[in-house]
Amino acid sequence: MTALLFELLDVEKSYELRGGGAAFRPGPKRRLRALDGVRLTVARGDSVALVGESGSGKSTLLRVLMGLTSPTDGRALYGGQDVTQLKGERRAAFQREVAMVYQDARGSLNPRLPVLDLIAEPIRHHKLRAGPAVRDRVLELLDQVGLPAATLKRYPSQLSGGQVRRVAIARALASEPLTIVADEAVSGLDVSTQAQLLNLLVELQRRMGLTLIFITHDLGVASFLCDQIAVMYLGRIVETGPTRAILERPAHPYTQALLNAQPRFFAPIAQPLQGEIPSPIDLPPGCRFAGRCPRAVPACREDDPALMPSGQGRAVACIRPLTAAA
Amino acid sequence: MSLQMSSSAVQATSRPLVELEDFSLWRQNRSVLDGLSFTLPKGQNLALVGESGAGKSTIGLALMGLLQSQGVKMAGRARFDGQDLVSLNARAWNGLRGRRLGMIFQDAGAALDPCFTIGHHLAFPLRRLLGLSSRQATERALALLESVGINDAKARLKAYPHELSGGMQQRVMIGIALACEPDLLIADEPTSALDVTIQAQIVRLIQDRVRMQGASCIFVLHDLALASQACERIVVLYAGQVMEAGLAEVVLGRSRHPYTQALKSCVIELDTAALEPPPGAAPSLDRMPSGCRFAPRCPRASERCTAEKPPLQGTEAHQIACWHPG
Repeated sequence: MTALLFELLDVEKSYELRGGGAAFRPGPKRRLRALDGVRLTVARGDSVALVGESGSGKSTLLRVLMGLTSPTDGRALYGGQDVTQLKGERRAAFQREVAMVYQDARGSLNPRLPVLDLIAEPIRHHKLRAGPAVRDRVLELLDQVGLPAATLKRYPSQLSGGQVRRVAIARALASEPLTIVADEAVSGLDVSTQAQLLNLLVELQRRMGLTLIFITHDLGVASFLCDQIAVMYLGRIVETGPTRAILERPAHPYTQALLNAQPRFFAPIAQPLQGEIPSPIDLPPGCRFAGRCPRAVPACREDDPALMPSGQGRAVACIRPLTAAA
Repeated sequence: MSLQMSSSAVQATSRPLVELEDFSLWRQNRSVLDGLSFTLPKGQNLALVGESGAGKSTIGLALMGLLQSQGVKMAGRARFDGQDLVSLNARAWNGLRGRRLGMIFQDAGAALDPCFTIGHHLAFPLRRLLGLSSRQATERALALLESVGINDAKARLKAYPHELSGGMQQRVMIGIALACEPDLLIADEPTSALDVTIQAQIVRLIQDRVRMQGASCIFVLHDLALASQACERIVVLYAGQVMEAGLAEVVLGRSRHPYTQALKSCVIELDTAALEPPPGAAPSLDRMPSGCRFAPRCPRASERCTAEKPPLQGTEAHQIACWHPG
């Protein structure tokens, strides 16, 4: 039986907005639902990809998962305990066991510190090594992420985009975590650099038995890196399950649309999904995807479908799933 | 309302629209582009692909005449519809830019002026370059906005750039670039800042509009699969040199250059099990290797590769610059 690390139980995160009134006066109260009824469990050793367009709530979900923001409703648990309630030793353990690689790797590194100090910081903070052993450990980490020892004395501004990401990964590994949480860690890079980093992440995960929670908008990256996938749309998980099964036979029309949009060699460009992701403020009733869905029927605009298990570890939130007919 | 057809469209259809012959470019005496040759026949689309630093965007800027006074030196020939661009004076450029050459920039949000409305952005080139009256220009701007798929175009004319989403801003940019019905459109990474579902919409839109106006498009892309979908011709660049060029199905389908093959092996498709990126990274401008610039990363490199630059050889359907083609 694998131990559950993270559990999100019907997590809702909404923000109250009062802007938009005339002449700097507050406008009427509006609600922005960044997350709504999100359920997700991550067991030790899992690799989970969160996939979706911007505005789908991926980053908010990470913030809740990491205890950086508390949910308005529902609970976020780590090892069975509420993340926001962790105190003392438990909190220190959580901070050591879960490491994050941020989307903007360069922005996440202090520009005034050389790589040695950047990577040594978590080691010293968690008192994992002392004295000269710290430096040895940093060298070991640099080697693990494929950077030469000479990088030690460099500052982030002297490194390329790919190297900076490697330093960020080394820094995340420095606290000897059980879980790595990465937010778009390979986006915006050249394909060759991206491929190098993906290989590195797969190797680290395999060798160290890391749990991986990976945010990406690229289904290809998700399928390469992760066994599990959760597709998000407007604050909801619309489909989740084993990556391979879902990409081979998507059940939710949105997953299908994402698959269609994936560039493929020499294939004609598929008919793209119409419209854009709507604003999460004051959402209409019914399924959130109904407005763009090619399969929508009037019933879709009335009831908001919940994420229901559909067998083989899969779940889908749709009243007309694509797999139902077969 | 039909706009004046460019006189060239009637003349010599066999003459290529764009023809680069041994075209080189230096910035502050550093070689950025080194002896490029490729042609783009009228009515076709071409993709410039390669890693960052390969000079893809520089080619786009040079063809737009936007690299005139920045310590930039050019040599060789770059012809647009028979006219040599290298020796063109400022006055002649003004007759081409915007009118016969249109450009779509990568970051639409930064390319649009926040102080002016969408209507102003669209009407300006029409009034300035085509001499339309203010009313005519506004009417035409409305038609343009509708043609790039913006709903409620009338209201959008009065909107400011920040009031539109990224996808909408990119549509507006396409509208501006196409306002004077140019013969050549240069699209510099038009979709890399957008979500996947929007990406497909935008590429299709550019394709449709370009085809409808009988124009050609040079895409700067980093996604090889997308390039194969959108373009008939491909030019693979590395560190300012053409590695391989020709028809998309040959260059990407039956590539013989080790660099093209390496790039292809970095592309993640949904069933990709292993990635084999080339080691290292592209060279920086002040440390360009001699001979073939890919040689230091090339698995097939020999002594000859570092000593002597391989010439670009072959037919128009398939050209390759390599001493050891596979």
